[in-house]
Amino acid sequence: MNRIKEAFANGTAFIPFVTAGDPDLETTGKLVLEMAKAGADLIELGIPFSDPVAEGEVIQRADSRALSGGCTIDGIFHLVRSIRGACGVPLAFMTYVNPVYVYGPEKFLKHCASCGVDAVIVPDLPFEEKKELLPFCDANRVELISMIAPTSHQRIEEIAKEARGFVYCVSSLGVTGVRKKITSDVGTMISLVKRQQKIPCAVGFGISTPEQAEKIAQVADGVIVGSAIVKLVEQYGADCLGPVSKYVREMKQAVRTR
Amino acid sequence: MSKGRFGPYGGQYIPETLMNAVIEIEAAYEHYKKDEAFVRELQSLLENYAGRPSLLYYAERMTKKLGGAKIYLKREDLNHTGSHKINNVLGQALLAKKMGKTRVVAETGAGQHGVATATVAALMGLECDIYMGKEDTVRQALNVYRMELLGARVHPVESGTQTLKDAVNEAMREWTSRIEDTLYIFGSVMGPHPFPTIVRDFQSVIGRETKRQMLKAEGKLPDVLLACVGGGSNAMGLFYEFLNDPVRMIGCEAAGRGVHTAQNAATMANGTVGIFHGMKSYFCQDGDGQIAPVYSISAGLDYPGIGPEHAYLHDIGRVDYVPVTDEEAVDAFEYLSRTEGIIPAIESAHAVAYARKLAPSMAKNQVMVVNLSGRGDKDVAAIARYRGADLHE
Repeated sequence: MNRIKEAFANGTAFIPFVTAGDPDLETTGKLVLEMAKAGADLIELGIPFSDPVAEGEVIQRADSRALSGGCTIDGIFHLVRSIRGACGVPLAFMTYVNPVYVYGPEKFLKHCASCGVDAVIVPDLPFEEKKELLPFCDANRVELISMIAPTSHQRIEEIAKEARGFVYCVSSLGVTGVRKKITSDVGTMISLVKRQQKIPCAVGFGISTPEQAEKIAQVADGVIVGSAIVKLVEQYGADCLGPVSKYVREMKQAVRTR
Repeated sequence: MSKGRFGPYGGQYIPETLMNAVIEIEAAYEHYKKDEAFVRELQSLLENYAGRPSLLYYAERMTKKLGGAKIYLKREDLNHTGSHKINNVLGQALLAKKMGKTRVVAETGAGQHGVATATVAALMGLECDIYMGKEDTVRQALNVYRMELLGARVHPVESGTQTLKDAVNEAMREWTSRIEDTLYIFGSVMGPHPFPTIVRDFQSVIGRETKRQMLKAEGKLPDVLLACVGGGSNAMGLFYEFLNDPVRMIGCEAAGRGVHTAQNAATMANGTVGIFHGMKSYFCQDGDGQIAPVYSISAGLDYPGIGPEHAYLHDIGRVDYVPVTDEEAVDAFEYLSRTEGIIPAIESAHAVAYARKLAPSMAKNQVMVVNLSGRGDKDVAAIARYRGADLHE
């Protein structure tokens, strides 16, 4: 069983996101270990980008902190390699197409495989352009995660048919960030995916509270939370391990009770 | 290869949330560009509102002083709102109306595209939000007030380098959050397909007129075309009609304080292939694909990328791209003002600067056209400050 499947084997998955290198790579490494201990089923590591067009202000600021701290792609690979011995939690990189393209897709995906990164999520690489990375992902057995949005409508069918690993369902219009209410009908989106194939569906964008997570967990196989955690990292800096760990534990508890 | 390619460049590298929106725009554009009523309405707006055709002016004093090729200026500065940007905005805003959209958003650098968009939004009764880098709102304070006067909301963008690229980021983010009633009017031949094609088509009126006017004035095609290039819309607009003709074409990019300094925006000179703002093209960036903080005195050319069709024309050797520094552009700004009584936009002054270098090396029976993409009123205070005067708007 590959590690992405494992992520969805313990009830509804809780999937936290942190930006690598925020506030520094050492803290990121500790965060991954702590979040895994606290019940995270899959961890998304953001590779910071200078111009993260799909992100709201919270993650934009995290990317900019990480980059001004000198975070590089090689540094992130080094970090992942160093924690893999101690921790088998499924890992996905979330980044933009340009860092991967410029670093070299072949080299990038080869390193993903050798470090133990199980999937990559690239929000500015839609279905039509996925050939840019897919051959390299396939060659290295790294899953390229497909995304669907509330505006996808008829596109869900073709996207879901070819999806691998899990489907990332974007809960709301706009960019990442905490929202008071999730108004989209994610249940319908997910059922359209499942009509094509039995593949786990995880929902992200806007989720921050245990109540929201519990509600989403009733229809989804996984709940993704980014900005709410990155906010804690922003607030506590290198002392964020305790607060983040507590938050992840609460959220895993909330999604488990479906 | 996916849709909207110029060789390997172009494409649609955008979040899934926007995919149906660009598919809808493409379908609408393909329909309306063949729709006689639409074409007639746009033509009427170009003539009766924008003031087209723009003049092709023989710059006799400049020609004589330089002592080489005969120099013509394509006077896009004489259009309503003072630049070529109105050509594209009239087309896209009309398309937005036909698509039933009630709101437009746009990015702007120097403010020319923002002013054109705010103007046409007022004309057509569309709600209008303009995104502009905070630094540019300071450099171009008068244009901010102008846009507000026209009824637009201007949003200063404080992220990143606070210039044109960040304005595009923010306009794209805004479009992602409100798609149903909104069209993003890209200001240049950039972004995801179909924008590079749509903007080029709406701007190609510049080249069509130039060809007609030149054949009338000189009885032959020009030998050289010159235009400044940021994203590259005025250049594509001039060049497109001549791509299959024996005409040399040169795009002038902003070299800021010099191509070998860290402060420039010369994408062809210093850039590498990447994928950003929805397109594969050349970008100023580092080895990790982080987009570089670029610089030019011209807010309109202060952009780390270039339209994908330019990237292709560069690779196949059809168009040459040359760097022009701040200092050369400011000299040309002053030169054209004094020689011809025409104050060019600092963007256009980059093309004028290269004309000054090239014309003397050409024969007297050769002809060159310089695209004067905009007027320079907006730049007067900034140039005064560059020259050390304590002048503020």
